[in-house]
Amino acid sequence: MLATGVVFFPLLGAIIAGLGGRLIGDRAAQLVTCGGMVLSAACAWGVLFGLGEEPYKIELLRWIHAGTFETDWTIRVDMLSAIMMFVVSTVSTLIHIYSIGYMHHDPSVPRFMSYLSLFTFFMLALVTADNFLQLFFGWEGVGLVSYLLIGFWYTRPSACAAAIKAFLVNRVGDVGFALGIAAVYLLFDSVEFDVVFARVPEFVGATLTVFGGDFDALTVICLLLFIGAMGKSAQLGLHTWLPDAMEGPTPVSALIHAATMVTAGVFLVARCSPLFEYAPTALAFVTFIGASTAFFAATVGLVQNDIKRVIAYSTCSQLGYMFFAAGVGAYPAAIFHLYTHAFFKALLFLGAGSVIHAMSDEQDMRKMGGIWRQVPITYTVMWIGSLALAGVPIFAGYYSKDLILESAYAAHSPFAGYAFWLGIAAAVMTALYSWRLLFMTFHGTPRASAEVMHHVHESPPIMTVPLIILAVGAVFAGILGLPMVEASGEFWHGAILMRHEPTIIEEAHHVPLVIKLLPLLADALGIGVAYLFYIARPELPGQLAARLQWLYRFLLNKWYFDELYDALFVRPAKALGTLLWQAGDVGLIDRFGPNGVAASALVVTRRAVRLQSGFVYHYAFAMLIGVALLVTWYLFRL
Amino acid sequence: MPDLAPAMTEILLICVAMALLMLGAFRGEEPGASRLVTPLAVMALVIGLFILLVGEKSESLAFEGQFVQDAFAIYLKILILAGAAACLLLTPAFLQRERIERFEYPVLALFSTVGMLLMVSANSLVALYLALELQSLPLYVMTAFHRDQTRSTEAGLKYFVLGALASGLLLYGCSLVYGFTGTLSFEGLASALAPAADGTRTISTGVLIGLVFIAAGLAFKLAAVPFHMWTPDVYEGAPTPVTAFLAAAPKVAAMGLTLRVFYQPFGAWAPEWQQILVFISIASMLLGAFAAIGQSNIKRLLAYSAIGHIGYALVGFAAGTQQGVHGVLVYLAIYLIMTVGTFACVLVMRRKGQAVEQIEDLAGLANHQPMLAAAIAIFMFSLAGIPPLAGFFGKLYVFMAAVQANLVPLAVIGVLASVVGAYYYLRIVKLMYFDESSQVLDRPIGREFSIILGAAAIFNLVFCLAPSWLLGQAQRAAAALLT
Repeated sequence: MLATGVVFFPLLGAIIAGLGGRLIGDRAAQLVTCGGMVLSAACAWGVLFGLGEEPYKIELLRWIHAGTFETDWTIRVDMLSAIMMFVVSTVSTLIHIYSIGYMHHDPSVPRFMSYLSLFTFFMLALVTADNFLQLFFGWEGVGLVSYLLIGFWYTRPSACAAAIKAFLVNRVGDVGFALGIAAVYLLFDSVEFDVVFARVPEFVGATLTVFGGDFDALTVICLLLFIGAMGKSAQLGLHTWLPDAMEGPTPVSALIHAATMVTAGVFLVARCSPLFEYAPTALAFVTFIGASTAFFAATVGLVQNDIKRVIAYSTCSQLGYMFFAAGVGAYPAAIFHLYTHAFFKALLFLGAGSVIHAMSDEQDMRKMGGIWRQVPITYTVMWIGSLALAGVPIFAGYYSKDLILESAYAAHSPFAGYAFWLGIAAAVMTALYSWRLLFMTFHGTPRASAEVMHHVHESPPIMTVPLIILAVGAVFAGILGLPMVEASGEFWHGAILMRHEPTIIEEAHHVPLVIKLLPLLADALGIGVAYLFYIARPELPGQLAARLQWLYRFLLNKWYFDELYDALFVRPAKALGTLLWQAGDVGLIDRFGPNGVAASALVVTRRAVRLQSGFVYHYAFAMLIGVALLVTWYLFRL
Repeated sequence: MPDLAPAMTEILLICVAMALLMLGAFRGEEPGASRLVTPLAVMALVIGLFILLVGEKSESLAFEGQFVQDAFAIYLKILILAGAAACLLLTPAFLQRERIERFEYPVLALFSTVGMLLMVSANSLVALYLALELQSLPLYVMTAFHRDQTRSTEAGLKYFVLGALASGLLLYGCSLVYGFTGTLSFEGLASALAPAADGTRTISTGVLIGLVFIAAGLAFKLAAVPFHMWTPDVYEGAPTPVTAFLAAAPKVAAMGLTLRVFYQPFGAWAPEWQQILVFISIASMLLGAFAAIGQSNIKRLLAYSAIGHIGYALVGFAAGTQQGVHGVLVYLAIYLIMTVGTFACVLVMRRKGQAVEQIEDLAGLANHQPMLAAAIAIFMFSLAGIPPLAGFFGKLYVFMAAVQANLVPLAVIGVLASVVGAYYYLRIVKLMYFDESSQVLDRPIGREFSIILGAAAIFNLVFCLAPSWLLGQAQRAAAALLT
């Protein structure tokens, strides 16, 4: 029953604050949503620590029973969903509380709080799903709330554009996901996880006809599901919405676009590990995309100037790590990183929010600098977050990220080596952009105006306390979470399937020492370069950018993905739309349809009115003509 | 002594009309006396209605077979009497305001009404002609009733001249038919024109030409295209109560007479006369729809609307089946009520005591007189045939009959025409609800207006809930015509 509470307390809060927000006022809306989240988080902790070996289910209600298609609303509690519930509700609670402080100037506090809680509900519904359809419900729900929250400040055109972009790009992924679910039903005649996963071995080698060709059914399903995951988790190709999503308020970026929603794709792959394990081609693709994303996003993160965009690309890059971990079969490592990442990335975002708050809503790092004395708590937690992100020992990221890289090294699957070396390169860049952020924001000479500098202040406790709690998480989450990645995989009690013996985790623990040390070396290199560029020789980056103008432009423009999509999809679609609108609708349908008919009706009307001349002899003539016509008609017919 | 019981109502009304004429002639100078004439006439109409309601419903003949009383005639007579009574009730207020209140008006209306009753009971060509003339002559006078006004006299004269022409056509047709068949009575004609024993039909050209001429004469009374030309001018020129009177009961009578002529004596020739009717019907619907768009005077607009509606009724007529007759009868009842209601609205349109007739005068009415605006809106939606109002069902039954008689193109054209027609009805609603008013219409509107308006509006609204009584009566009447 606790699990039901985890899922539905946030919904309760969202409904009260959302529908009654005007009535009960800002303060009460904050209280009721935060209260709901605290209860939810308490339940989630209870669920996690009360969970024994046996997973269990809570049936809520029957949903669709049509023919052979049966789905019910059921909360599935196993190790995977328990950990996800724990992460989502804990991080969400802290962000709710932080939002009270961060959003206190905003005129629509109840709406914001309600959206946050509604998002949490959908996310929890997603992770506790017992079948693909329920998962899809949560999946679309978080997409919806993400849209609402990115466009929260809907009077800003940029926010609206970003919201629409996020929604549309996610639609592309969702089409894949929906097709994947349909294919699952086609093959297994069910969308229940238990039924599907139990029957996977039967269908090894089965084929599906797609576009006239026969393909391996499991590979097709996994690829389709992964396309959905790519959209939601902003993987290379469908990543363009995530940086723009930073138009939303910072707590939103922290909750949705860093800690929880974007990791739904990783969760999906882990949840479907029994499927993916039998589709090695799909896994190779996952590895390739994940590794490429990790590298790509890190390179772009190097040159961004907006403090939130740097962290956004960092998120994108870290999601890439999680995917290639899953791709090489180390699902526990992926979930482990998801869990540690939730803490330190939420911390970094909220810390950045605190900086933005301090700097009077300035987000450009080129206009910051030298403020570390004024904001000591923010400064400290940003350091902790960066250390965790870079994977410095004892901090959370160290355990999860190193394990991912070791798994990639140990794995025998295709693209594993590619993933390992790109991962190392990304690790160097991660350290570099993290410390670039720290140095540019807090150190050096102040570049902001005197007025802004005068106002720089530490955030109130309502914001700093969640930061401190998250910082504690960012330090200790790694050590505490180590059981997740014990070699045998027993911890998961079947929630995650790793087919090969010994498990990839086991093998990862036995890689050569030099491989284990390589990430540390990468960190040191990244931090060193950052120190050289931004503290010791601040003129160097400018010179480098001038010398390598083409590379700098390439990275600054995010590998020209937006431009490419603009040219490939947006502009042709717009041209086609304009053509259909101007030529097809206005020119053809309107002209000859409604407008044409209306215009000709007027012409007919004018003639009909003119018939009525007012002269009696005209009228009599018309009558006689009528008679004559009718008589003629009959005479000629007879 | 011949049995006069079937013609009880007509006899009563004639006597009352004579008596009222005497009253007027000898006491007409006293204002009290002339004020008494209208209520007495209305009362006579209501008593006549009552006699019909309780009277014998089975078929009976009178006056040597010239007069027939059957369920069909009774159904139509009830409509005629109700329509005439309602219109007469709305009259005095207007005539008083225009200072043309004379005792002759209700007497003329009574005579005309008797003519209408005789029309639907006519059972021979002679009775047909006499009834038609008895109905028409008072109407010519009534149209020119506002004799100091050029518009009114002009309309009366036009109506009279064209009516005379139509009568001529009709008479010529009657004489042709008589010449080729040698009989005047409808039974005689029916047996003369019936198919031979082996089922073959011999169609004589003379009779056919005669039929065309009779059709032309009757179409004039119906105001169907191309014999409609008088309608807009007469509707606009006649004093508004006369227009209301003209638009309601005479249409019912003329349609009844036409139905009887075509279905009884010429029933065997349905395939032939269907062609005339399809043509007239299409032409009426289209002209009614298109020409009304260009009007700015509401009476003129309603004239075209009437032409269009006769077109729709003729769709059911053209089907040539009992279902078609049923559709026409239902249509007539609904049309009569919509028309009376609409004209009641037109009659209350006045500003500072002066009657106004422009459609623009209705602008912004909803702000000042929401009830009146709502009533007009109901009538307009109903005239446009928008469900669930009564007007929709009228159209539904005639179109359904046409479809089942394999006249699908006719029904399709009808539906398209009613789409075009919806434009000008909705324009009035738009004017009332969405436009700013220049000036306000006078109020109050008077008790008798409120009652008739309200009753008609409520009928239009609730017809969809309990249509069975009217449908049943129409069914019985249609069956009586075809047996």
